[in-house]
Amino acid sequence: MKVKCPDCDGEINVPDDAIAGEIVSCPDCGQEYEVYFEGGQLKLKPAETVKEDWGE
Amino acid sequence: MITYDRVRAEEKALQRACKDLGVEARLVDIKDAFIDITKGEVNPEVLKGDVVIQRCVGHYRSLYLTAIIESTGLPIINPFQTTLVCGDKLLTTLALRRAGVPTPKTLIAFTREGALKALEEVGYPAILKPVVGSWGRLVSLIKDVETAKVVIEHRELMYPLYQVFYVQEFVKKPGRDIRCFVVGDEAIAAIYRYAAPGEWRSNTALGGKAVKMEISDELRELSIKAAKAVGAHVVGVDCLESERGLLVHELNSVTEFRNAAPATGVDIAKKMVEYAISLAKK
Repeated sequence: MKVKCPDCDGEINVPDDAIAGEIVSCPDCGQEYEVYFEGGQLKLKPAETVKEDWGE
Repeated sequence: MITYDRVRAEEKALQRACKDLGVEARLVDIKDAFIDITKGEVNPEVLKGDVVIQRCVGHYRSLYLTAIIESTGLPIINPFQTTLVCGDKLLTTLALRRAGVPTPKTLIAFTREGALKALEEVGYPAILKPVVGSWGRLVSLIKDVETAKVVIEHRELMYPLYQVFYVQEFVKKPGRDIRCFVVGDEAIAAIYRYAAPGEWRSNTALGGKAVKMEISDELRELSIKAAKAVGAHVVGVDCLESERGLLVHELNSVTEFRNAAPATGVDIAKKMVEYAISLAKK
């Protein structure tokens, strides 16, 4: 499905099988968003940026 | 159940592997959840399943969530003790040494003075690493005492954990290191990680390139021994080629494999899920 970028109004393609926590990025401005669901609705919020303890 | 805080290629691969093997995968994004840890039974709605593959990218989330899940009696990849030890380079080195796994010479110091003496003892160039951290972050190749003083000065302005100075000999590696994946008692795949141009660290997170390698008897034996040293179910074992043979320098308890799986042709996610099924509560 297509969702409007909250930042630049660009068109973000979100896979139909996207799950909560999945990261999508805007092809226009490059901003990364995290998929979440509220009341069954797919929504986007700014993705977390890399933290000091991230890794493997 | 697969717990995560960010869906990476690995988590998707694990989800697919569950589907292929005909097992139900509950994916739980723990980021915004809360868990009451004072109830006898820990929030069964959040933590429901027969076995857990813990995949949080944040180390502390991973560590504490593992403690909570383990307290419910659910089998988890990896156990708390493994996550704790692998997440700390000092504890890893101690565990490897106890198990007789060859590892680079490492000195620990707690002050600027101690760190400078340790660097002098190891000899320049030497490596200074934070005890906690990943993807090569802040891992510094120190070429001389002047650089050492600057790096230490920066560390002194950081959180106290960064003032535990982990000083390691610089092993002259041939522009690459080795990552071997151990699942259960088996070394299932290995790659050379070639450092990206202009970068001495070979982490794939820093652009390092994954190239398939055959698992030698030495690598197999060493990797399995290292995995056992920390009680790991699934672990990525990082080794360096040295004149003294292979040396294990790091262990990764939430190992990434998006580059290694296509390079080696081994379905690492499937092997992990099969192993998880074997651990599941009957």
